[in-house]
Amino acid sequence: MIFTMTWEQTIPLIFMGLLGLALFIYVVLDGFDLGVGMLMHRATPDERNTMIASIGPFWDANETWLVLGIGLLLTAFPKANAIVLGNLYIPVALMLIGLILRGVAFDFRVKARQAHQLGWNYAFIAGSGLAAAMQGWMLGRYITGFAEGRTFDLFALAIALTVPATYTLLGACWLILKTERDLQAKAIVWAKLAWPPMVFGLVLISLATPWVSPVVYQRWFQLPQLIGLLPIPLATAAALLALRWVLSMPRTAIHFCWLPFVLIIGALLMGVFGLAYSLYPYAVIGKMTVWEAASSTEALNVLLIGAVVTIPIIFAYSLFAFWVFRGKVRELTYG
Amino acid sequence: MDALILSRIQFALNMSFHILFPSISIALCWVLFFFRLRWVITRTESWLNAYRFWTKVFALTFALGVVSGITMSFQFGTNWPGFMERVGNIAGPLLGYEVLTAFFLEAAFLGIMLFGHNRVSERVHLFATFMVAFGTTISAFWILVLNSWMQTPQGYSVDAQGILHVSSWLAVVFNPSFPYRFLHMVTASFLTVAFLLSGLSAWQILKKTDDDATPHVLRTGIMLAALLIPLQILIGDQHGLNTLHHQPEKIAAIEGVWHTEQGAPLLAFALPNATTQQNDFAISIPHGASLILTHSWDGELKGLNEFADHPPVVPLFFGFRVMVGVGMLMLLVSWYGAFRIIRQRDLRQLPKTLLRVLSALTFIGWLATLAGWYVTEIGRQPWIVHGLIKVSEVVTATPPSHVAFTLTLYAIVYVVLISAYVTVLKYMAEHPHKTESEPTPASGEALAVLAQQSDIHPHTGVGS
Repeated sequence: MIFTMTWEQTIPLIFMGLLGLALFIYVVLDGFDLGVGMLMHRATPDERNTMIASIGPFWDANETWLVLGIGLLLTAFPKANAIVLGNLYIPVALMLIGLILRGVAFDFRVKARQAHQLGWNYAFIAGSGLAAAMQGWMLGRYITGFAEGRTFDLFALAIALTVPATYTLLGACWLILKTERDLQAKAIVWAKLAWPPMVFGLVLISLATPWVSPVVYQRWFQLPQLIGLLPIPLATAAALLALRWVLSMPRTAIHFCWLPFVLIIGALLMGVFGLAYSLYPYAVIGKMTVWEAASSTEALNVLLIGAVVTIPIIFAYSLFAFWVFRGKVRELTYG
Repeated sequence: MDALILSRIQFALNMSFHILFPSISIALCWVLFFFRLRWVITRTESWLNAYRFWTKVFALTFALGVVSGITMSFQFGTNWPGFMERVGNIAGPLLGYEVLTAFFLEAAFLGIMLFGHNRVSERVHLFATFMVAFGTTISAFWILVLNSWMQTPQGYSVDAQGILHVSSWLAVVFNPSFPYRFLHMVTASFLTVAFLLSGLSAWQILKKTDDDATPHVLRTGIMLAALLIPLQILIGDQHGLNTLHHQPEKIAAIEGVWHTEQGAPLLAFALPNATTQQNDFAISIPHGASLILTHSWDGELKGLNEFADHPPVVPLFFGFRVMVGVGMLMLLVSWYGAFRIIRQRDLRQLPKTLLRVLSALTFIGWLATLAGWYVTEIGRQPWIVHGLIKVSEVVTATPPSHVAFTLTLYAIVYVVLISAYVTVLKYMAEHPHKTESEPTPASGEALAVLAQQSDIHPHTGVGS
């Protein structure tokens, strides 16, 4: 099908792909930042310093993927942007407040006088939690095409609780990768705690999405597509079970400390594929297709040139930044 | 109140809060690059100390700029959905290029700049600092292109649905007001930073918490201010002439010219009265405005009576005078300061009054920057894109109560954050060598907390 498309039809799909990529990278990267933030309330002051040091050099660049995502939505799909952000007015504002608190508390908590440090710690934890919960609520509302009614609110609420659990699991896996000894052992316990609600949430979304949206139901539960699609849920399940299995063997988890993080990313990637399949070709499910929502081809062309040139460069220096801070966390000092 | 006025207040609030931090970080990063370069070249520890202390200020400022900037990127969609639908073909790529060429650059190298000094070579570290500074300036470039284009649009065509299309990107990017606005804003940033540097250093000398870095910083601040302020006045003047040409109604409002006149006076003070369309209690220099703006004694200035749509007079009239007044104050203080520091080598011996004035003016750049932005942005009203699209055409359909709710929320958070920022900067100036971690049982700072709780001398255990 894609081979018979004109350029006018293809380029909005490319941008939908870029948008999905930006948001996926955001979820993985800021997901672990926010997860580490939410886990801080379970840590000692010493551990808190280490945890912050593990995300310190990255959180800013990680958050930029959200700006790219919203920028792409705004610039490539202005009509969808108006519907999506119009419907999510309040949760967007609350998420932003959460991100503001998290971002500034990061600096204030060590620069303020001691009497105020505890307050900024709470702001950091609360901000991380609020931002994660609101992102979940927004995802829940978006998947149902902003349908009104108690069932849909309950569905959004369930996802609003699931996303923080997912981020907590990501954060714990990140800490397993970046820390040592006591904190690493604690992170393994935290990951085990976060695993069941995350899996529960994922199952719920998978079952509920076809149920709240007839469009999605038709896409999935028809032969022969169902057979072709089975690898997606199967791979997700395999990754999650493998993750749980690794967590139950602390020695393996410590030796292959990168494995839990890789497995959770794998599970999320599968989830994104599933979601993308459910949504295609809609920008707003049941209401507006990608093509109806897109900007003019000439504007997209200009943007695409910039994206093609800069995104590989962005990848290169972002990887360089991660590489500079590779290995286990050391104390952060300015200089 | 309706969603339009609430959205305008909210946007103005978010913008005002946001611009405080880029107006520092754009120039501060170049200053940090300078400090670092001095350290690399001279290997004098005091320059490294200056870099270390001001990097902390930069980290805090940058974080506030980033989080308030994210709010901005969402505001377009939440409060002005029609804007992107109408001018998305122009604004979209400009914003997209800002994210792709600037945001990632500065954010990725920021980590290395702040915390990477013992992980990369001195050269790579210097490069990272340069990239962050370069990124912030590129970011200013793109966003000011868009802002200037909204003031003086060109290089577009309008289709039957009222949607704008680009006919020439070169014309869009280098629109008539862009070069002036860009130079004016970047210079404003350097001046804001100059007064921040000298203000905090003066405070440190007064509080006797200064160290070997303080004289470098104080000198850098005062000399930067003294050199740049005349340049800024010149750029501002040229920007004004450019505005007169492209947006004469803005100038008419600034100068309080209600009716077209030849040989218009320069009003030093007045109370513009919108009902009688006159200026009450005017103190004026005859023919002054005509002379400055048209360079002729009897030059004609168009009055507001000639425009069907024009901005409100009062905020422009006073905003402009605040900006110019602050500029004059900056000139006076920085030149006197420069005169004193050239003659006085030991900066601890500077007159107390000068030090007190400098610390009182620590954040004076913010006042001038905000006043200037209010003049130029309120001066664009009622248009969102000058002469083409009105603000009221693109506003959200969100219920006013929702906008009022978020507006209140933002206002509370911003008030808390600005007070925290100013307080923490002051605290940092008074404790320049405090360690950057939460107190733990193992660290000396925990002892200080205990001491504080049991009412023993509170500062004995803190840092050094």
